[in-house]
Amino acid sequence: MDLNLTPQETEFRNEIRDWLSANVPAGWKARQDAEESMRKRFEFLREWQRKVFAGGWAGISWPAEYGGRGATLMEQVIFNEEMARAAAPPMANTLGLALVGPTTITYGTPAQKARFLKPILNADEIWCQGFSEPNAGSDLAALRTEARRDGDHFVVNGQKVWTSYGWAADWCALVVRSEPGSEKHKGLSYILVDMHAPGVDVRPLRQMTGETEFNEVFFQDVRVPVENVLGKVGDGWNVAISTLMHERATLGAGLHIIYKRWFDRLVELSHELTRNGRPAAEDPVIRQRLAQAYTEIEVMRLNQMRIISRIANGGTPGPEGSIQKLLWSELNQRFQQIAMELMGAYGQLTKGPVGVIDEGQWAYQFLRTRGNTIEAGTSEVQRNIIGHFVLGLPKSY
Amino acid sequence: MNFGLTEEQQLLKNSAREFFTAECPPPEIRRLMETETAHDEALWKKMADQGWTGLPFPEEYGGMGLGLVDLAAACEEMGQALVPGAFLATVPLAGTAIFAGAQDGAKKKYLAPICSGQARATLALLEKEASWNSRDVALPLTKGTLNGQKLFVMDAGVASFFVCAARQGGELALAVVDRRAAGVSLEAQPALDATRKLYAVTFHNTPAEVIATGGAALTALDRALDFATVALTAEMTGGMQRMLDLTVAYAKTRKQFGKPIGQFQAVQHMCADMLILLEGARSSTYYAAWALQENAPDARTAVSVAKAYASEAYREAGNRAIQVHGGMGFTWENDVHLYYRRAKASEIAFGDAAYHRERMAAALMGAASRAAK
Ligand SMILES: Cc1cc2nc3c(=O)[nH]c(=O)nc-3n(C[C@H](O)[C@H](O)[C@H](O)COP(=O)(O)OP(=O)(O)OC[C@H]3O[C@@H](n4cnc5c(N)ncnc54)[C@H](O)[C@@H]3O)c2cc1C
Repeated sequence: MDLNLTPQETEFRNEIRDWLSANVPAGWKARQDAEESMRKRFEFLREWQRKVFAGGWAGISWPAEYGGRGATLMEQVIFNEEMARAAAPPMANTLGLALVGPTTITYGTPAQKARFLKPILNADEIWCQGFSEPNAGSDLAALRTEARRDGDHFVVNGQKVWTSYGWAADWCALVVRSEPGSEKHKGLSYILVDMHAPGVDVRPLRQMTGETEFNEVFFQDVRVPVENVLGKVGDGWNVAISTLMHERATLGAGLHIIYKRWFDRLVELSHELTRNGRPAAEDPVIRQRLAQAYTEIEVMRLNQMRIISRIANGGTPGPEGSIQKLLWSELNQRFQQIAMELMGAYGQLTKGPVGVIDEGQWAYQFLRTRGNTIEAGTSEVQRNIIGHFVLGLPKSY
Repeated sequence: MNFGLTEEQQLLKNSAREFFTAECPPPEIRRLMETETAHDEALWKKMADQGWTGLPFPEEYGGMGLGLVDLAAACEEMGQALVPGAFLATVPLAGTAIFAGAQDGAKKKYLAPICSGQARATLALLEKEASWNSRDVALPLTKGTLNGQKLFVMDAGVASFFVCAARQGGELALAVVDRRAAGVSLEAQPALDATRKLYAVTFHNTPAEVIATGGAALTALDRALDFATVALTAEMTGGMQRMLDLTVAYAKTRKQFGKPIGQFQAVQHMCADMLILLEGARSSTYYAAWALQENAPDARTAVSVAKAYASEAYREAGNRAIQVHGGMGFTWENDVHLYYRRAKASEIAFGDAAYHRERMAAALMGAASRAAK
């Protein structure tokens, strides 16, 4: 056991650190007022991703032949941590980079790799993930969107929902039922669909936070070339599972640093705010609550380090990803509650000019975190996975 | 960066598991619980022969010269098997106090018999206030003699000597007291966990050998408490692992409504929560062990993270273990309550979650203004 970075890891960290300190845009704020500026904000993130790409840092874990730099898992972790530490903006093509790219590298034909990977890296083509449907959420295999074969095309009809970035996307990784009358996870295909094709209709869905970050997407007689199927026709379930594993393995990486930065901000605020007539930082209840938050953030960080070390030593990312998914999502909800308790009446303010703290980002996060235990598989589903696949208990459904 | 046991550490852990599983099966634990001291001389001798009693101390005193991560790995297995007796009090606690505080002569005199297994020892710290904070030590040491009472002293009944925290002319002092010295009297304090006995120890004009004073005593006491806290959270991790194993095995075999109860989600989710709590306790324990061993800047905070987390996790996991076992979980015959009792005692020992959260807050947010003192 040695938790120090190796000399090579240190060198890598210094390199990315230097690059970030020279390139992270100044004055960037994590939260800008939603709605009107959402598209503007997205264009800003696209420009940022292009800069990252030009610096050679986009998709660093991808093999060099696809535009990455073949970074080790540990380097990828260091990269994520340094991005978080530098408070760098997220990249525009989140889903392309984290989900669609790696799945394409695993299942894609040479032609698909040549066609799709580079525009993911340089944010020329933005991706969304079309899995969930009105009647297929946790039970993804119940999905009904159909793809009927017609010569060298599939004709897609159906509806997806909760599609994040649907409004910004050029392409969609869509899971469809390609064998009419098939049931459950048999007869599904994973197909790459042009969001600008005739028959694709993206409608806004307003979230409880007030934004319209996700969408409903309707498909009516949308023609998709057969060569856009990723993996084998009929093997879509396995391809989709691969995407979900990437989702669970990567979404949490670096998050502990963001949480730690938020924690540090709360400590700062605790010295400015008062409670029971003295600085909140001296209030025993607040001290307990903040130390509890710190404990949970540390536990999440250390679990993550253990998992990464195990995988780096030859293990495979497995269902324990569910433990981390539960930790980062449920921790974040408790953390935002603690932030609200610290700020008292000020915590609820969403806008200035009078009394608002950090442009209302705490009020926003308080609501946004409710989605954390739903997106990327609900907490209940994660606990089912742990019960069945990790502890070997009989499947409950 | 590698957060995993080395091959040697894994071997050590495996051999500890084999040894303690064979030596401390539940009937043996139950037999020892009912004895006055929960100590078994034959078991102690075997542990010493294996080198466990000298594991973290240098070879010049007869130890194995291993690190705190190794000690944690061994303690995890002791906690897993619920090994009764004075290991925690003797080795990580009193042993570290001597190693960290004493001059070479006193180290030879007291540490060598601990390593060889001839002596057992403990730390006498708590007084009436039951505070784990060294600032609150008041028992007077004057002209080399102690007067007063220490409480909640672990395994004092089988200790050959005590390391006593006392106050000498306003300064903290650590002094070694022979169990047979004049004016020492012991009274049992029967408590929830019968595998680890507690005592009130009274000194009446008792001669003591001062091994450290002032800053040196404080450093040694802090070091001993930090080491012992991590050894304890490692034990707690092992105990949680055992409770989870028992609970999952039960959930797979016990049937109701024609199905194994482990198929019911309410049950399955309790088991999943136990695993989450266990893994968090394990991660934070090994990190704290490493950080202390390497003198990392955040070592003391890491110890508090581990103890604050494990204190609540062990109890919470225990709550679920009992619930999943149903009526069976409420019986004396079932082993889960033995672990549950240990969980409560461990939660309290060396400071509970609230104590350690305040310690973290002091490090991260600055000291709270104190009304008293
Ligand atoms: C912010 C956000 C972004 C999202 N982005 C995307 C996206 O980009 N692409 C995409 O495809 N999807 C996306 N989703 C959808 C998300 O994956 C689903 O909402 C999620 O899988 C749950 O499905 P559902 O909403 O149909 O709820 P349901 O499956 O109907 O669940 C309702 C409740 O029942 C519980 N439940 C269901 N089944 C079980 C079971 N077997 N055992 C125990 N409890 C159960 C659930 O835990 C939940 O509490 C997003 C969701 C959110 C909130």
